[in-house]
Amino acid sequence: MHYELDFAAPLAYWPSLLMGAATTLGLSVVATVFGFALGLFCAIARTGRSAAAARLAGAYVEAIRNTPLLVQIFIVYFGLASIGIKFGAFTAAIAALVINVGAYTAEIVRAGIESVPRSQLEAGACLALGRWQVLRHVVLPPAIERVWPALTSQYVLLMLASSITSQISAEELTAAANRVQSDTFRSVETYLVVAAAYLVLSLMMRFLLWVAGSCAFRRRRRLGTPL
Amino acid sequence: MTGLTNAQLLFMLRGFGWTIALSLLAFAGGGLLGFALALARVYAPRPVRAMAMLYIKLIQGTPLLILLFLTYFGLPAMGLVVDPLVAVALGLSTYASAYLGEIWRGSLEAVPRAQEEAAACLALSWRQRMVHVILPQAVKIATPPTVGFMVQIVKNTSLASAIGFIELVRAGQMINNATFRPFIVFVLIAALYFALCYPLSAWSRRLEGKFDVAHR
Repeated sequence: MHYELDFAAPLAYWPSLLMGAATTLGLSVVATVFGFALGLFCAIARTGRSAAAARLAGAYVEAIRNTPLLVQIFIVYFGLASIGIKFGAFTAAIAALVINVGAYTAEIVRAGIESVPRSQLEAGACLALGRWQVLRHVVLPPAIERVWPALTSQYVLLMLASSITSQISAEELTAAANRVQSDTFRSVETYLVVAAAYLVLSLMMRFLLWVAGSCAFRRRRRLGTPL
Repeated sequence: MTGLTNAQLLFMLRGFGWTIALSLLAFAGGGLLGFALALARVYAPRPVRAMAMLYIKLIQGTPLLILLFLTYFGLPAMGLVVDPLVAVALGLSTYASAYLGEIWRGSLEAVPRAQEEAAACLALSWRQRMVHVILPQAVKIATPPTVGFMVQIVKNTSLASAIGFIELVRAGQMINNATFRPFIVFVLIAALYFALCYPLSAWSRRLEGKFDVAHR
């Protein structure tokens, strides 16, 4: 077996690869923001007083966590289109990613909420805080701060998983790579370059989330210690 | 009821069989390599340990889809003609090995250090210490997250469809192309995956309660 690696061919396509990488990052950041909001909402519903809301949120989490993202993307893109709800490839990709990562976020944040000692809730109630005030000021800040590392890993995995949206021809990094390799016939080099790009992107996601965490958690900024 | 013929449903079930087969292959291959990685990460000399860590970081930082493309398009381009099944099994095993290696490393490290020291004091060889002292305890710690990761493996076999391997999703796509009923077809596929993954998830959760490591 003799094979000479020639990285010049795929690297000549750097503008489209860079464009794809930027799209992947954008897709991931948008999905992270909305997925976090959705997950937070579901985690609150799951730990809240209403049994019906808790059960509904639980069903959503289980349904999403036990089916592949690829199938979820196909249902959103092809399935919903066939019953008259049509999206572009991009909107469908973002919607599927948000729905997917929302379920994982919900499960992680729920663990954070359940880790807050009961005595703190009681202390909050003693100070005549309302239920929502306790949630907003007593429960959520430490809960989210505690699970932030787990959330960070989850959102990096989301960024890697966004490569799957190439299957509905959303023009992100993997789709760009597919086009480059079919133009150049240099599949090994192209995918190695793209793998390296994903590594860089995952470092960027980690950095962005670290910055977001530093901005959001005043306690950590002041003390510099993990919770 | 679904508007699909029996032959089509049977075709999908055959795809489902391949999904299960791929999952088992990936778990076996990834398990073997992952076990070696975990041992290397904990017990090997420093350079080997560093290499194992680099391997894990590289694989965990690369999307599975890219790994599959590399094994499926890459190996033939380099003159190694492999069966699609081999390419898919190789890609999935590589992926699984990195994650299982990391899970099992954590489990090995979670066994208290004194256990190994005590075993060494009893003049047990490294092999005996592993087989009789460390592994039995590590396996208990490792079981719940391993079962949880099996769910990930089952779901991720769906990516084999991207390189044309006819497992459940690919079978569904082909039936969809013939019938044009994407909603019913893909929801049916999701239900089949759910039927396979939910029991595994529930089992993993039960095991977690049973061997509650954190609160011992």
